[in-house]
Amino acid sequence: MAQIVIKNIRKEFGDFVAVKESSFTIEDGEFFMLLGPSGCGKTTTLRMIAGLELPTSGEIYLDGEDIAQRPPSERDIAFVFQMFALYPHMNVRKNLSYPLVSQGMPRAEIKAKIDEVAGILGIQDILNRPVGGLSGGDRQRVALGRAIVREPKAFMMDEPLGALDAEFREHMAEELRALHDRMGATTVYVTHDQLEAMQMGDKIVVMNNAVVEQFGTPREIYDKPATMFVASFIGSPSMNFLDFSGSVAPEQARISLSGQDIAIPSMREGASGELAFGVRPEHVNLSVDGAFRGRVLAAEYLGTTQIITLETPNGELKARIASDRKATVGESVGIDFRGDTVTLFERSSGRALRSALNEGVLGHG
Amino acid sequence: MSSFSITEPSSRSKWVAGTLVILYAIITMLPLVWIIMTGFKSPSDAISYPPKVVYEPTMEGYVNLFTTRTRQTEEYLTANPPETWADEIVRQYDMVIVGPSKFGERFLNSVIIGFGSTFLSIFLGTLAAYGFSRFRIPFADDLLFFILSTRMMPPIAVAIPIFLMYRNLGLSDTHLGMILLYTAVNISLAVWLLKGFIDEIPTEYEEAALIDGYTRFQAFYKVVLPQAATGIASTAIFCLIFAWNEYAFAVLLTSATAQTAPPFIPTIIGVGGLDWPAVAAGATIFLLPVMIFTIVLRKHLLRGITFGAVRK
Repeated sequence: MAQIVIKNIRKEFGDFVAVKESSFTIEDGEFFMLLGPSGCGKTTTLRMIAGLELPTSGEIYLDGEDIAQRPPSERDIAFVFQMFALYPHMNVRKNLSYPLVSQGMPRAEIKAKIDEVAGILGIQDILNRPVGGLSGGDRQRVALGRAIVREPKAFMMDEPLGALDAEFREHMAEELRALHDRMGATTVYVTHDQLEAMQMGDKIVVMNNAVVEQFGTPREIYDKPATMFVASFIGSPSMNFLDFSGSVAPEQARISLSGQDIAIPSMREGASGELAFGVRPEHVNLSVDGAFRGRVLAAEYLGTTQIITLETPNGELKARIASDRKATVGESVGIDFRGDTVTLFERSSGRALRSALNEGVLGHG
Repeated sequence: MSSFSITEPSSRSKWVAGTLVILYAIITMLPLVWIIMTGFKSPSDAISYPPKVVYEPTMEGYVNLFTTRTRQTEEYLTANPPETWADEIVRQYDMVIVGPSKFGERFLNSVIIGFGSTFLSIFLGTLAAYGFSRFRIPFADDLLFFILSTRMMPPIAVAIPIFLMYRNLGLSDTHLGMILLYTAVNISLAVWLLKGFIDEIPTEYEEAALIDGYTRFQAFYKVVLPQAATGIASTAIFCLIFAWNEYAFAVLLTSATAQTAPPFIPTIIGVGGLDWPAVAAGATIFLLPVMIFTIVLRKHLLRGITFGAVRK
């Protein structure tokens, strides 16, 4: 069990920078998600923690010890690969025993340990089967078994559910989270699926273009995005951005959008120029006589809610509203925003402006 | 009505394909069968015309291959009755066996040089291929091209420089010299073939082993090698066949201590007239090791030839 501190870590492959100076902390026992689109550097970061890549610069502390330049065998970290990487020339039992054999553990102890792990994962019946014929779920369990059998300080998981069918994935995600809760081991999990990250993670790091965009709990990341990238990457449909130009000053709590006065959280910094008004679809409501008006472009029915696409003077906007409210395409409606949930962004840098909402949360990696 | 299927060929095309394969097999196997048959003929049967297909088999060819003989006087022959079946055979010509021939020695040379160079090519080739496949090597593409380019001319084109070099280095007519030479020729084939096979093995297997507490070399040895067995086996067969059959360098560079079987077998012809059964016997025995080696590894060879075709 361990705390992992990443400090200014950087990785270059030749001229290509895979990860730019990134820092974050993974607390003991946390289920920690590394989230981002493909090619953003999240897998490289994970591989650096595990020792499969050595960072170009920066430090990685595992329980206070700098392990950044050590080989993986001296780190006591387990890794679950996306394609499982079970040794194809060995049966399930041998696969599970392999990490223990390298430690020189006596045979009787290995056998007892494997039986215990097989019991936890429910794979007692397949111990003597070759790994080639196993189903996806069983392979996944064996891969997990191989990781937990030696009781490492931390687990690294590289999109472990990516190779499973959609219907089974849900089930395995629950199993994985239950296993984590039972063992309480620090886990770092890479995914590009924002839903998976929100559902399973205690904390999330969002990466994009080799940098850490934001680091926090799923709630913080959803409610208080630090950048426009985070705001649009997380949530479906993503956050709306209404463009406007103007200026805000500290303590200001209202802005003007196309001449209409709109409430925002009290600002903590000033800015001027091209700005974006960010609001989640569920914080947009339709009214009959609202002053800020838009025209209905489309309505998508989703059961309990519906997504209404609106055209406003400041750009397109999606609203998630109860499905019983009738909205006809072409109709002109008033639009209300829940002012305390709004985030303002600087268009040029994509950075969120500090306000009463996100004070104390913001901080770039 | 005939049904149409994409995967199952029609019975007619199966019949045509089968006939062609059998015909091809007969054409390629016939000389082989003829050599094996000639080995068991008497010299007169071997050269009779029209050729004899049915004949009385004799071990004469094999006896002549493995022994040196001399003609003896009538008195000597009556005083010393034949002791073994081999003696009986040579007595027909009033001869006695005076000792073994050089064939055994030459054959052993072939085994040492052929398998030695195959082992060395595979050993170096596997390490080099693994390095090229897994690590970022500066100028890797140029190096690989250079390695391949050593095969772009027939090896015999450099016969004279190698002859002079070997004479100065004292490598002429030595086992080591021949092993090194055949390894040098085979290594490019080995590196390229093996790199292809190792590229096919996902790196995750080794990474899993690294994570499981093994060193890079242990991961290579315990995880990559078993996966590459197919490729190693088929590469080994190709290397062995070249080293085993090589004739030109063997004639040029060996004469006594390290002479291999290929340059030796033709010399039999000169010993006691045109002794075709002995030549055929030598060729038959010479064929055996490669045949056995290939049969032992044929499961791997088949997978090796079709590699890349079925892996996902």
